[in-house]
Order: sequence, then C-alpha cells, then structure tokens
Amino acid sequence: MMEQRILVVLPHPDDEAFGLSGTLAMHIHNGAQVTYACLTLGEMGRNMGIPPFATRVTLPAIRKMELESSCQAIGIQDLRLLGFHDKMIEFEDQNVLDTRIGELLKELNPSLVVTFYPGYSVHPDHDACGAAVIRTVGKLPASERPVVHCLAFSRDHEQAIGKPDVHYDVRAFLKQKVASIESHRSQFQAAELLGKNELSQQELEARFGTERFWTYRYPS
Amino acid sequence: MQLIQPIKVQQLIDKLKDQELYVHIEQTTGAYAAHMDSSKHPASSFLTNARIRYSHGAISGNGPYRVGLKMTHGWVYSEGLTHYEDMETERLILAGHDSQGKLIVALQLSPKPF
Repeated sequence: MMEQRILVVLPHPDDEAFGLSGTLAMHIHNGAQVTYACLTLGEMGRNMGIPPFATRVTLPAIRKMELESSCQAIGIQDLRLLGFHDKMIEFEDQNVLDTRIGELLKELNPSLVVTFYPGYSVHPDHDACGAAVIRTVGKLPASERPVVHCLAFSRDHEQAIGKPDVHYDVRAFLKQKVASIESHRSQFQAAELLGKNELSQQELEARFGTERFWTYRYPS
Repeated sequence: MQLIQPIKVQQLIDKLKDQELYVHIEQTTGAYAAHMDSSKHPASSFLTNARIRYSHGAISGNGPYRVGLKMTHGWVYSEGLTHYEDMETERLILAGHDSQGKLIVALQLSPKPF
C-alpha cells in the first residue's frame, strides 16, 4: 500500500529502531514523506554505553544526536522534538499532549499514523503516548481519521488484541534498520540485543526482517 | 565517567558544603524490570533540582560506595555508587552502574540547576 504522508509519534529516541525503522525506510523508498514526533529526549534512560560514556547530565544531548543519526539512516525527512520530560508522559496534562498532537495532525494531514498500542506496550511512556494519539485521532470525524498502526509487545498482548494484522517484509531495508539501531550507541551496545558476534545475513533477516502492526479499530 | 576515586569525590563533597545547591537523586530498576523477569518488582524514584545545603558529607565503603550528606534537618543518602565524572570541578556527578552498565542510582549536586 502506498503511503503519502506518515506521522510517527513515539516517546523516546530509539523507539523507532527495532519495530518500525524498516517499514519507514520502505515507505520512504516508495515516496512517502515521514514526520517523526519524538516526545522526549529519553533523558532518564538507564543505558549510558558500555563502558558508560554518557552521564545523567550529558545523556539528553547525546540521545538527540543519536536520534538525528537514526533518522538520517532511515531517510526520515522531518524530525520534531516535542520537549516533554522522559518518564513523565503519563503525568503530563492531557490537554497539552493532545493539543500538540492535534496540531501535527492538522498541519500534516497524514494518511497513516504510527504509535504504541495503549495498554500493551510495557513502558508507561509508551502506553501514555499511544493513548494520547488514539484519543486525539478519535476526536476527528470518522471519515477524516488517518489509519493508525500500533506497535505492541507486552507479555500476553496477543490474548487481548489478537495477532497483528499488518506484516511488512523489510528484508530489503535491513541496511537502514541496522544503521538505525546502531545509531543509538548509548542504548544498544548491549550484547542482549545485537548479540556478541556479528550476525549473518540469514540471522539478521530472521530476527529483524519482519515488522508487525495492529491497526487500531475505533468503536463505530 | 570514571570509576570512583574516593579521595577525589571527598574533595568535591568538601568543596560544595555550606552552600545552596541543586540536587538530583535517583534510584531505578528500569521500567522493563518485570517485563524481562516477572519475579522482579519495578520501582524507581527521582527528585530533580530540589535545593539543599549540607554542613558535612562523606563517601564511604570499598566500592560500590555510599555517600551521606548531613543537612540541618535531615540527610541525603545514596548506596551503590560506582562512577564519577572526573572532568567536573564545580559539580558532583555520581552514578552506580550494574554489571550490564545500566544506571541504577545517581546522586548529583550543582550550584546551578540541572
């Protein structure tokens, strides 16, 4: 499916890397314009590099650079840093959040919006970000709503929301995806993620070659 | 960040005493603790840019280290500190990293807000 204009709303630099970067690179390759609204700088993150090269004080600036580098790797044309405080999205004034997201929807009129599935995305910021997007899109008349694709990965999420209905084969865009992941140096050096040894092309394709989304269904 | 050298940290603690400071104190298991291991109980707290003044402070232990700062009406306490920022001369930036390098505790003091 051809997407013309995509709005991505996620709370942390690096939230795009594993679940979404291949899909975005694919859509951009097919001519889409992508705006990525990142709510925070991830300044409360626990990963500081191994050995630590960031500190609580330097982390926001480092993660901003990492995010810019990731966006460049993916080909994202428009990055918006919304300036909310990491870990505090669920406590933020909902009107302030919804207004910012509503302004972006109005300005960009996207055909597709991508965010986290509220309630099934583990981190409170993920859930609160997804809830704000779902709320704000839901305020639009049904005929004007963009399609919303959600990421979800909580334990047992499929019991509640079923299997993802959108699957993209992103094997042709693994170069961009791996470059996006590697951009977030302070976050993803850990052996737990990319493995200690260089992965073969086959292993890469098996682990990162498919991206999956749930289309959000508004009650009619 | 470098591994803590207690003498250097003590010098900074002494330098910053008896003045108005901004403190950032934090402890966290990370938001993913229970997602990775359901027996874990995620917990964290932070406080940023509260103003404090202490009359006496010390670093203690053999690593990971503990720091206590004595204030007029109470104490600031932090355990599990492993690293300090050796480039800082006017601020004290301390953190504790676990075996995977993740931050689990932080204590920072500065004459200016963080």
